[in-house]
Amino acid sequence: MEAALSVIIGFMILGALYAIHARDLLSAVIAGGIVGYGLVICFLLLQAPDLAIVQIVVETITLIIMVAVVLDSSREERYSKPDKQAYLNAVTGILILIVLFYFLKAAAGTLDHFGEGTLRMAGPYIEGAHEKTGSVNLVTGVIFDFRGYDTLGEATVLVTAVLGVLTILRLKGKK
Amino acid sequence: MKGMTVIVKKTTQLMAGLIFIYGIYIILHGHLTPGGGFAGGVIIAGSYILLILAYGSDFLNLVREESGSTMYENLAILIIILMACSGLIFGTKIFFFNWLPRGTAGELLSAGMLPLYNIFIGMEVAASILTIFLALVIFKERSRK
Repeated sequence: MEAALSVIIGFMILGALYAIHARDLLSAVIAGGIVGYGLVICFLLLQAPDLAIVQIVVETITLIIMVAVVLDSSREERYSKPDKQAYLNAVTGILILIVLFYFLKAAAGTLDHFGEGTLRMAGPYIEGAHEKTGSVNLVTGVIFDFRGYDTLGEATVLVTAVLGVLTILRLKGKK
Repeated sequence: MKGMTVIVKKTTQLMAGLIFIYGIYIILHGHLTPGGGFAGGVIIAGSYILLILAYGSDFLNLVREESGSTMYENLAILIIILMACSGLIFGTKIFFFNWLPRGTAGELLSAGMLPLYNIFIGMEVAASILTIFLALVIFKERSRK
């Protein structure tokens, strides 16, 4: 299974790289879709159908909105010559990359093997969720009962996002 | 935004209701099968977005629709907070306490408050995603004039 995952993640990386370099914005958006749909297959391989359903639906709607936006505006990416600031940014990025790789290499030895280590709270959740919440689907039992605060936070984030979008678009529309 | 051809309109007319009912199924069976409020809510919003894209913005009165979806979104999050607070009144006084009877596991009416949370989270997600989409469409229509 790890080989299949590696192949899919490789495709996702290729799609992301192509999305950065494509001149045509429509093909960049579609190449960005590879990342999302590859993630769906990863979730299915790792036996997480709840996440896979959410990811495939959200990815489809995001892709539709992005394609509609790109078709309506200009499809060509505006290209400008790199100036002094761009070189500074590139050097900073490479330095941060080196530091991150150093610490990743230092930390990689202490991590658990892939798919084996579990969190301390995972055991009680898996054993007690069915009796304590009465829900057959364990994920729903966790996100609405044990982790109710998290769900409330997510819903509040959505409401805040909608308020922000409405505020920004109204102000510009009134002008 | 202009509508699409007759073929797309007819297919959308046939499919949108099925997609809507599938979203309701995902929400109502959230405590039995994979899925739940978030997935079902986004599917329901998708059926509306499909209709708007196929028929164009002249078909529906979008501004009225947007005010309606904003109202439903705020009502749903209010009801979720009230239901969470109801755990402070009944039973052992805990926020998000599941005080309704559990029933037999595996039936549609079981697991206490969880189906109710699923329904209102689904309403909230569907209304908020539809509101964002409508806000973008209305902004575009207005800026063109």
